Amino acid sequence: MSVELDVFVGNTTIMDEEVYQLWLDGYTVNDAVKARVDAGVLDECEATEDVLLSDTMDQYRTFQMCERLLQSPAKLANQLLFQITPHRQAMLIERYYAFDDPFVREVLGKKLSKGTKKDLDDISAKTGVTLKSCRRQFDNFKRVFKVVEELKGPLVENIRQHFLLSDKLARDYAAIVFFANNRFETGKKKLQYLTFQDFAFCAGQLINNWTVGAVDNMVEDMDVDLDKEFLQELKELKILITDKDLLDQHKSLVCTALRGKTKALPEMEANFKNLSRGLVNIATKLTNTKDVRDFFIDLVEKFIEPCRSDRWTSADLKLYLTHYTNSAHILDTFKHQAVWDRYMGVIKSCIFKMYHD
Amino acid sequence: MPGKLKAKIVAGRHLPVMDRASDLTDAFVEVKFGNTTFKTDVYPKSLNPQWNSEWFKFEVDDEDLQDEPLQITVLDHDTYSANDAIGKVYIDIDPLLCTEAASVISGWFPIYDTIHGIRGEINVLVKVELFNDLNRFRQSSCGVKFFCTTSIPRGYRAAMVHGFVEELVVNEDPEYQWIDRIRTPRASNEARQRLISLMSGELQRKIGLKVLEMGGNAVVGYLQCFDLEGESGLVVRAIGTACTLDKISSGSFSNTHTHPNTAPPSNACNSPSKDGKESPLAHGCRSTHNSPVHSACSSQRLSQNFSVSVPTLIFTGMGSGGSAGKEAGPLKTLLRQQTQTALEQREFPFFTLTSFPPAFLVHVGGVVSARSVKLLDRIHNPDEPETRDAWWEEIRQEIKSHAKALGCHAVIGYSENTSICEEVCILSASGTAAILNPRYMREGCLDMGSTDHRFDDPSPPSCGFCHIPYDELNMPFPAQLTYCYNCRRQKVPDVLFTTIDLPTEAAVTGKGCLIQARLCRLKKRAQGEVNATAISNLLPFMEYELHTQLMNKLKLRSMNALFGLHIQISVGENMLLGLASATGVYLTALPAPGGIQVAGKTPSELNEQHVLTIQKRINDTIAKNKELYQITPPELTEEGVGSPIPEPRHRSRLFRSHSESSDEVSELDLSHGKKDAFVLEIDDTDAVEDIHSLLTDASPPTGFYSCNTETMPGIYNWTTAVQMFTSVRVLRLSNANLSNQSLNKIFTDLCENLLKSFYFKLRSMIPCCLCHLNFNVAVPEEELIQVSVTAVAMTFDKDQAQERPAERFITKGGSETEDQLQFSLELCADTSSTNSQTSSKISGVQENALVSSRAASVDYGSFADRCSTWLELLRLKAHTIRRGSVKTSRRTQSLAHSVSSLEHCSPLTEGRSRSLRSSRSFGGSSVTMVKMTPLSFLPGTRIIKYLGIINMFFIRETTSLREEGGVSGFLHSFIAEVFAMVRAHVAALGGNAVVSYSMKDCVLMENPNKNQAQCLINVSGDAVVCVRETDPEPVAQMVNSGQTCAADGTS
Repeated sequence: MSVELDVFVGNTTIMDEEVYQLWLDGYTVNDAVKARVDAGVLDECEATEDVLLSDTMDQYRTFQMCERLLQSPAKLANQLLFQITPHRQAMLIERYYAFDDPFVREVLGKKLSKGTKKDLDDISAKTGVTLKSCRRQFDNFKRVFKVVEELKGPLVENIRQHFLLSDKLARDYAAIVFFANNRFETGKKKLQYLTFQDFAFCAGQLINNWTVGAVDNMVEDMDVDLDKEFLQELKELKILITDKDLLDQHKSLVCTALRGKTKALPEMEANFKNLSRGLVNIATKLTNTKDVRDFFIDLVEKFIEPCRSDRWTSADLKLYLTHYTNSAHILDTFKHQAVWDRYMGVIKSCIFKMYHD
Repeated sequence: MPGKLKAKIVAGRHLPVMDRASDLTDAFVEVKFGNTTFKTDVYPKSLNPQWNSEWFKFEVDDEDLQDEPLQITVLDHDTYSANDAIGKVYIDIDPLLCTEAASVISGWFPIYDTIHGIRGEINVLVKVELFNDLNRFRQSSCGVKFFCTTSIPRGYRAAMVHGFVEELVVNEDPEYQWIDRIRTPRASNEARQRLISLMSGELQRKIGLKVLEMGGNAVVGYLQCFDLEGESGLVVRAIGTACTLDKISSGSFSNTHTHPNTAPPSNACNSPSKDGKESPLAHGCRSTHNSPVHSACSSQRLSQNFSVSVPTLIFTGMGSGGSAGKEAGPLKTLLRQQTQTALEQREFPFFTLTSFPPAFLVHVGGVVSARSVKLLDRIHNPDEPETRDAWWEEIRQEIKSHAKALGCHAVIGYSENTSICEEVCILSASGTAAILNPRYMREGCLDMGSTDHRFDDPSPPSCGFCHIPYDELNMPFPAQLTYCYNCRRQKVPDVLFTTIDLPTEAAVTGKGCLIQARLCRLKKRAQGEVNATAISNLLPFMEYELHTQLMNKLKLRSMNALFGLHIQISVGENMLLGLASATGVYLTALPAPGGIQVAGKTPSELNEQHVLTIQKRINDTIAKNKELYQITPPELTEEGVGSPIPEPRHRSRLFRSHSESSDEVSELDLSHGKKDAFVLEIDDTDAVEDIHSLLTDASPPTGFYSCNTETMPGIYNWTTAVQMFTSVRVLRLSNANLSNQSLNKIFTDLCENLLKSFYFKLRSMIPCCLCHLNFNVAVPEEELIQVSVTAVAMTFDKDQAQERPAERFITKGGSETEDQLQFSLELCADTSSTNSQTSSKISGVQENALVSSRAASVDYGSFADRCSTWLELLRLKAHTIRRGSVKTSRRTQSLAHSVSSLEHCSPLTEGRSRSLRSSRSFGGSSVTMVKMTPLSFLPGTRIIKYLGIINMFFIRETTSLREEGGVSGFLHSFIAEVFAMVRAHVAALGGNAVVSYSMKDCVLMENPNKNQAQCLINVSGDAVVCVRETDPEPVAQMVNSGQTCAADGTS
């Protein structure tokens, strides 16, 4: 005796959020049943394991049928097959596009290609996220990437409208797309301590200030590509480290301003030239794609690590960078104030975010 | 009345990719009606084509308008090879032919393909212009309204109920034509879908003609079925109740819970005695039907053309003994005479309605049913479906005579169905014998004369229908009669079975519950006549056993009446399945059921122990159930006063199929182990099975109730949350050598597990009631058992669950209102006091045991009975008056309760509507939510317009079963697709809900080895527009929103 067929279809599609999560997490039906038993669902309604299995199977089938629609969320709203209330639709989409931080950390900045997809089983083993879930997340990244690639207008807004995501999630996707497009290196050992949210923040800063879109908001790829003209202009900043007088002047201005405000002043004074050289060098090299990729590595190696070894506090860092940026305005021979501000504004906030005490 | 049909193809969306090279589609549309076809231009390279076509105009006969569907085919243009079909949409334009229904069909329809399912959507506009009718001898019946709803539709008033209409049409099944061997499955499926659509159109038109002939303007309780007879053809048949309906002007009706006031005409015909002769059959049939088992067995007969027919039983309360009195006799006879004349002209005084306007239903006799086993032969001439007609005619005659035997002139809650396996077909019909108030059925009764007082039944509406319609001295079966516990004036049976819904005005104690009897019987594989005979031999036993199970389960729940009884017997190659579902309730008017007694045959020590444990388990279950369903009968209070009312001892025997009908056992004293007092021999293995099956039925988990009727007695405060669902389960019996017992167990578990699944899935809706649980069993193949269920889960407000809304008391008319009101309030209040008196009742029973009244000693007893009843009644009244003041406060309290709960729910509804509104901006969705329910109403809303009947038939086939997720995946998506198509049609008509929805057929055939499966589904319902009860000016608003929706879609 065996159950040959078992279906339950509601006029309003019945979806249990817990089961949906298990499905998204890539649990098999049997594992999902176990997880539900462990969660104590059985006690809720005098149910048996058979009932739970049947329910889980039904729901899994429903999700599988829905998956096609979830991949183009706009369709979910005007399809006729499933009657789902709008706020439930929003929940389904939001969860479908949600991702695991450990997973995204592995993929961030990598090319969203077939090659990467082949490595997913390694990533799955490393992160503990099931392969099925890895695939879903990877495909989501890729799908969003492909769609927004061809669109004009602001990146975050495009993602939000096309995939009907919340503002937060849309921003995260914008970061992922931005990283994938510029292929920023994030996997190096020195960068391991950084979370996805650190990077997402930095991506937001870069998108808002350094891309073409920061100047002109009707160009294709405006938020994905860095502003080439700006990168060219950055070369002009070199004067700050090549001109010996300027460098000394800058140093004394900063040190005077910092006097009495921090214990780390001796270290700051000692390291000033090094640090300044590091930051300006990063700026001048950004015209090379290769150096763009190493942007975060460079920030860590050239600035964050020296500071950390000197045990600067976050407050020290803040103080130093603020005065470092502002003092440049007082240098009378330095003419590139606008570029300097656009550059340092981003650098400052990225470093704050990336500097973990 | 010729007319002009106009159709416009606006746009498509989400089309499938038909050209792999470009990942796009070059779509165009063919619009076909009758033999005329139009085409749109090809819209190249798009998955969202905007055809925006001209208006295609078809000039057609209204006969065709009724029969034919508008057929829309979406194709992919291909320059070099044949165009590929993407899919089709069939649109039934019947709703447009009624002036009161929809005026335009406009919206997005799923494009359906029988192989691929839904493939995108198409936006269509359809209109009809009808010209005036000049032809008197017309073949069409445009304008006759059809309703699936089995009550007078809300917003209408029944000016007259004309009665039964039936029709059937037959044809060859395209699936079995020779051409099917060479055409594709798709072509074959489409031919079938189209044919059935045509046939049901024709059927509806013919029924409409009959209604017009009778002078009616509507069919209520329209029930259409398909018989797929395989080789021998395809039968589409329908029954319904012809009525003349008047629309009540909007605003005058507002309550969804009580029926719209179909106010009885104030003046009825003054000359009812046209021909007052009494039917000779009324008493004559009694002897042949005195015992269900005997009648069923003895009246089997073989007819000539290889068909066997078995008229079955009259079901009514079974019991024995009983008292009689002549008190109500003359009146009753008169009543019968009068009403018979009103109904006599009709061939079949049948009504498919299950609930009636107040005062329409006078008395209910009991369930009547008939079954007949037939051998199918090829239908040679489709134009003369006489054989099938004759078969049904035969069965209906049987039913009619059963009803007469019960002293009734009408059958209500009438339905017919079939079960087919190979060439054997079981035809079944069942209904409830009843006496109806003839006022509604007489010609011209509205216009003249004064009220005929003789028909104003003196009994109060809360119990009147329970009073026996038959003559007490000539009872059609042994039943135990007592005076009505509500009015004390007339006799009632101890148990009442019916196929109708619980009348709204009925007085009920506690809550109801779903009661099911399930049965499997193995049968030898056989062919032809032998097979038919074997089946017909089994039928009466099955019927009897199902009935016994029902009775026992009813007693176990301490209830005394069944409503909505539906018995289905399904035939397979090597087994028969029987499933009886009903809703058990405790009718206040009927006596309290006695317990169930178990006894051993041999008084050995060991046995005694066993008996006692079982007895204890049964008693415990009864006690538990009483508490669960809040059954606290008021009678107990009276007995506490020590009244000499003759205590009816209806401790029932535990009925068993094999036990000889034992003598009436009036009382049992287990402790003494009287040898002749046994009820059940528990050393019999069958009996043990019986008891186990009795006790294994799990009661629903806390917070859940279930019933198969429209509403649940005892629950009145529904919220607007509803969830309609369909569930199908198929079990494969791997073990070939199963016994009847183990089969029964498997079948019972299957049904119980299904229920458990529902409870679990719907747990978020608690407190919740599953209403209209409609089970359907089938044996699709050898070793397969299929159960499909459609039902609706509705949430109610828990705080108020035990209180009836105050308005319900007010509706109870009559001089006794005041007393009743206080009395019934007392019921809910005095739980503790009744409990304390239970023990006194039991002792009373034992005292009375010696005076056991047999049927023979009736006359003297009954006189005494009557006297004591009057005394008791007086005492009772005094009693209530004394308590009056206390109770009034209780009443105000309950009112306060209801007010607070109203406040309670208002913020909730607001929140809901807000979320809906916010969602509109979100994603710009243009899909209207369409609610579906098998009930005739949606709680918390009011139906403002009926848009027409939805009657759809779909076939789905696959040759890639595994890829679609196996049979479960295949059926899951098919059912979802069917729902989607129903919703789309309703939305296109401008509606937002389907009421009285039902899935009549779900025929699944699978062949996993070949990776194939096919499924046929037939659904029906009434498309409606409903608005929240609180919305003041709904009409204009709704229509507007409907149109803006459509406009959204097109833009």
